Amino acid sequence: MALYSEKVMDHFRNPRNVGVIEDADGVGEVGNAKCGDIMKMYLKIENGIVTDVKFETFGCGSAIASSSMATELIKGKPLEEVEQLTNKAVAEALDGLPDYKMHCSVLAEEAISSALEDYYRKHPEARPPKG
Amino acid sequence: MIYADNAATTKMSDGAAKVFVSLLDEAWGNPSSLYAHGQKAKEVLEQARQDVAGVIGASPREITFTSGGSEADNQAIRTGAALGRKKGKMHIVSTAFEHHAVLHTLEALKKEGFSVTLLDVHENGIVDPAEVEAAIREDTCLVTIMYANNEIGTIQPIREIGAICRKKEVLFHVDAVQAVGHIPVNVTDDCIDMLSASAHKFHGPKGVGFLYAKKGIRLTNLIEGGAQERGRRAGTENVPGIGAMAQALKEADAGMAENAARVVRMRDRLIAGLQEIPHCALNGDQERRLPGNVNFCFEGIEGESLLLLLDDKGICASSGSACTSGSLDPSHVLLAIGRIHDVAHGSLRLSLGEDITEEEVDYIIRTVKEVVAYLRSFSPVWRDLMAGKKEFIL
Ligand SMILES: Cc1ncc(COP(=O)(O)O)c(C=O)c1O
Ligand SMILES: [Zn+2]
Repeated sequence: MALYSEKVMDHFRNPRNVGVIEDADGVGEVGNAKCGDIMKMYLKIENGIVTDVKFETFGCGSAIASSSMATELIKGKPLEEVEQLTNKAVAEALDGLPDYKMHCSVLAEEAISSALEDYYRKHPEARPPKG
Repeated sequence: MIYADNAATTKMSDGAAKVFVSLLDEAWGNPSSLYAHGQKAKEVLEQARQDVAGVIGASPREITFTSGGSEADNQAIRTGAALGRKKGKMHIVSTAFEHHAVLHTLEALKKEGFSVTLLDVHENGIVDPAEVEAAIREDTCLVTIMYANNEIGTIQPIREIGAICRKKEVLFHVDAVQAVGHIPVNVTDDCIDMLSASAHKFHGPKGVGFLYAKKGIRLTNLIEGGAQERGRRAGTENVPGIGAMAQALKEADAGMAENAARVVRMRDRLIAGLQEIPHCALNGDQERRLPGNVNFCFEGIEGESLLLLLDDKGICASSGSACTSGSLDPSHVLLAIGRIHDVAHGSLRLSLGEDITEEEVDYIIRTVKEVVAYLRSFSPVWRDLMAGKKEFIL
């Protein structure tokens, strides 16, 4: 039995949306070198929609695959939907991750939240009302 | 496929496999049975005992067959502890980078009241005999130090440590699982009191090993039951496994000098090739290491993704990264030689077999260079390092 699903291996071998957006509207970096996974997300946002997204990841196979899948799940989506993205959705879209690798998908969710937060900080008017 | 993970396990030699299969047919009786068919199996066992003892400079009665290296380590340390406790000596000296079979047994003994000193292994991964001597106290009952480390391959000054232990009259156990069959090991010359070995590391079968205990040392049983192994290890013996182990060890011993010389050349070629990668470092002493062991840290990348991509290119290797072990901490061995977490996650161990070729080594060098460069191309850590936002460690 393979360690990872075919989907994970596909996203690991051919990661989507790899790279940098130089004039990103929101950038988020999470994780640290101590735990072994670091993700950085770059968002381009226009009229409340994520028009482009890129990532860079230092990490294991499931960290790279999770980042890749997460970018696919949010690209072209309105911010309200992007905010709802959970690590569970990322893991499910990858046909599952081994239990001890779930933290890698959590990082993907957190990286996107962090990039969104960066965007709202620069554009407080875009922040959806709380409640 | 290029198999470069011989420190994890080795393929059985053709000779050992042949012995294994033939014993299934010819000596499947119970060695404890008195009829001829059982006694035939007993003969196989005793011949194997003699062969194994001969290779390491022991006498046959000093060899106890076990289920492998872990069991032998457990039994040796439990024995040293039990003998110590009887004399009120409850201190054990070991090192920070032992195999978990040793470290976890020591942890268990701590809960039973023993105190343990884990010696530093320094940046080069080698214990200083003077520090062993200084660590031995009035109440020290056991020194347990590995012959060669399983991750970074560094070979310890066992003979010097053995002489110190003999002089201080402290029992000396050596986990020689990575050494036996690869470099010369002689329990008499090295003043070793107990030694663990495992067949699957020298082209024998998995699940078989042996414990050498010097004459006069009464082993503590881990497995109670029948009178097999002179009452020191119960359970009907793994006759084909033990016979195949002896065959593998004889072969390894006969070819040792020639194989080691060749493998060392391949190892050094591989080290030189990988050292061309920017911001990397060899782990462990460059010379005093096992013939087939190569272990590097590459800054800015993580080990598991490196292994997966190497696997795609037909190279089997291993890593000390946290994500390959399922824990959050990288290898305790790399931490013990002072590699900080950030770079310990980016480690790669290549352990070469005797049949490795120059072409294969060159393919490994090319491929590792390619894969490291690729992973760095989208690593945020590498970007920060290159942008000067973070300082290079390696
Ligand atoms: C140094 C060392 N000690 C002990 C062991 C355990 O041996 P076994 O797998 O036979 O239980 C190993 C093997 O992984 C090892 O490398
Ligand atoms: Zn991970």
